[in-house]
Amino acid sequence: MIAEAGLAALWFAAALALLQVVLTALGLWRARSAAATIDGAVAQDRAATAAQRMASEILAAVRPVAVAQGVLVILAMLLLIAVFARTDTSVRLVVEDSSAAKPLIYKIAGAWGNHEGSMLLWVTILGLAGAAVALFERRLARPTLVATLGAQAAIALGFYAFLLFSSNPFARLAIPPADGEGLNPLLQDPGLAFHPPTLYIGYVGISVAFSFAVGAMLTRDVGPAFARAMRPWVLAAWIFLTIGITAGSYWAYYELGWGGWWFWDPVENASLMPWLAATALLHSVTVLATRDGLRAWTIMLAVVAFSMSMVGTFLVRSGILTSVHAFAIDPKRGSFILALLVIYIGGALALFGARVGTIRQGNTFEPVSREGALVVNNLLLSVILGIVLIGTLYPLVAAAFGTELSVGHPFFDSTAGPIALALVALMAVGPLLRWRRDSAAAGLRRVAIPAAVTVIVLIVTLVLAPGIHVLPLLGLALAAGVAVASVAPLWGRDLRRTPLFTYGMVVAHLGIAVSLAGMASESAFNKETLVATRIGEPQHVGPYTVTLTGVRPVIGVNWSAIEGVLVARRGDGAPYVMRPQSRFFSTPPQITNESAIKTVLDGQLYTVLGNRHGDRWQLRLWWKPFVTLIWAGGALVAIGGALALLGRLRRERRAARKETEA
Amino acid sequence: MKRLLLWLPLIAFALLFVVVSSGLLKPNDHLVHSQMVGKQLPRFDLPAMVPGMPGIDTARFADGKPRLINVFASWCIPCMAESPQLMVLKQQGAEIDAVAVRDTPQNIAGFLRRFGNPYTRIGDDRQSAFQLALGSSGVPETYVIDGKGRIVEQHIGDVRAEDVPELLAALKKAAG
Repeated sequence: MIAEAGLAALWFAAALALLQVVLTALGLWRARSAAATIDGAVAQDRAATAAQRMASEILAAVRPVAVAQGVLVILAMLLLIAVFARTDTSVRLVVEDSSAAKPLIYKIAGAWGNHEGSMLLWVTILGLAGAAVALFERRLARPTLVATLGAQAAIALGFYAFLLFSSNPFARLAIPPADGEGLNPLLQDPGLAFHPPTLYIGYVGISVAFSFAVGAMLTRDVGPAFARAMRPWVLAAWIFLTIGITAGSYWAYYELGWGGWWFWDPVENASLMPWLAATALLHSVTVLATRDGLRAWTIMLAVVAFSMSMVGTFLVRSGILTSVHAFAIDPKRGSFILALLVIYIGGALALFGARVGTIRQGNTFEPVSREGALVVNNLLLSVILGIVLIGTLYPLVAAAFGTELSVGHPFFDSTAGPIALALVALMAVGPLLRWRRDSAAAGLRRVAIPAAVTVIVLIVTLVLAPGIHVLPLLGLALAAGVAVASVAPLWGRDLRRTPLFTYGMVVAHLGIAVSLAGMASESAFNKETLVATRIGEPQHVGPYTVTLTGVRPVIGVNWSAIEGVLVARRGDGAPYVMRPQSRFFSTPPQITNESAIKTVLDGQLYTVLGNRHGDRWQLRLWWKPFVTLIWAGGALVAIGGALALLGRLRRERRAARKETEA
Repeated sequence: MKRLLLWLPLIAFALLFVVVSSGLLKPNDHLVHSQMVGKQLPRFDLPAMVPGMPGIDTARFADGKPRLINVFASWCIPCMAESPQLMVLKQQGAEIDAVAVRDTPQNIAGFLRRFGNPYTRIGDDRQSAFQLALGSSGVPETYVIDGKGRIVEQHIGDVRAEDVPELLAALKKAAG
């Protein structure tokens, strides 16, 4: 019954999305014909009032529909979770991805640890985002809001159809087996249980920006008010995307046992591309909100950000790219999503081509100015986005010409790396420039201290580590300079009167510097030891001496393991016991390596236990100086985003209160 | 000019569409094809795996007679499945040399007792070094080598009954 109720909820949600699209189309068409019948001198004014009135009527009807759709789709998601929690083996999905012996938390997480459930989660976020806009968005002009909600519902409708016609998560089995086959054990980890929901809130939440852009193009209403309305939504999605990517990177780092934190895997790139576009959007929307510049460009980025999410979803779900994230491969599903991409991305871009030329151009500005710096920021981010997109798709292009290859670290590091460093350098300068126009000399004077710090760190690093590679060297030096520059906007200001969103920018930029320092340090000073060791034989890695003192069996809830008992010691310091495991899962049969990691102030000691050869055990040890800064920086970036969001919302509420008082 | 610029994103997306749909239409191929097909065999010299049967080396494949090289292991289940087909190939006159990958003499001897011995020679490739040099990513794989030591064809996976005529034809063609 639960599964049928879930399916019904999904169908009803789809029907409401359709209703919403129809209502919107009707409303926009009537508003337009109403405007067309009025002419004369006061035509424009009266047309605008007529459109406003019509929009209010439609909005009154659309709002509850959007909210109800959100409620229904989350109900469907909860029902799927319920089916998984009970391990209802008459549901195909449960059989394929769960088993009764699993801990409850992983049964719940199993609901989105597969293609169908993951797509349901995707659509759930889409529906909830639409409901949230319907409930909370008050600042956007009424006609644009109606069009926005319509666009959001239109996207949801396509993905409902995808679920219902080709990926039904609630499908039953004719003959239920006694137990399920179990979830991929790699996914049995608390970090991964909550990674997809967090990432998806950002990844799919950015759809709101797409719908705002489509709405604004339909009503030709692009300006500072529109930008101010869109900004909190972009910020919110971007915060979750940042957390999702950071957490996903850390999960891959400790769970896969490969010692790396970013692999340029197509699925990783699929989450990085929307983040790059959203980061660019975040900055350009500020130009639009503050200075009424970059109108067309901001609209373009809003379309591109969610388009990248959809392209990413397609790449991951169609399985046309080989990835460590082995998902179901089904060309039929791939074609379905591809058709949706053509409709939504193609439609939005066609609308852009046809409409944006008719939108009045915004303000212009001098090249040396805050806007100028933000434009360069946008260009650099777009170039990186282009590189990642090309690198990700290149194997497909090559395959079309009969060559098989994969694109990885060497390509991305050598192309995106230098541009990312240039971007970070710009990040030091941009916030110190004035809006509209500034003098180059004054700007240079303001970055004198950060520049000096950069040069000093560069020289000191070269003296201490003469053999260091160019990119890590520049990374370390720039990180130091940018860390100083990022707090520079606070110099000479009354700290209590500085707005919260300025603190947000400072913290986020500082986070980028911190993260960059971690990346540079890890790639420059990482030490690795791979040995086949006897018990009792001391091994050395970086400043540590690690001895395997014994190996013992361990039993878990649904796994058994061989656990190595390592004693690690730094110089003459206190010995520390670490227990890396090699875990054997029975349903499905798979071995995973559970690394044991010791975090200290200046880095991490990372240990993995491998296979046995006679009386020797394979042991892999890494010393990674300051590697934790990578994720600490990511967290700072997200916190900065949250501060900025809070600051913006607070200022808006204050402004709204003033309006009502006046 | 500016108007044209506005349509540029759509054109870029159309290009993207062409690329990905070409990838989607292409049948999904997860086999790792050897880059060595069409090239000369790499230089190698593998010691004998089991007593009484010699190992294999490069010189052997330059004597003018086309042969098959079968990459196999006693721990490989599809290798057991393909053994009847290899016997058929042998009966039809194909000469099959073997590369035993990551294995021991006892296990190989046991394997030959249970499933028959279609091989003329078996080389011991304990570290998979020659297997990797061949461009083989797994077991079993079967290579057709012409009389001058050139790799003509790669068959990935177990040899099924329907593959036997194809392999025989390839050998015949390699003989000229």
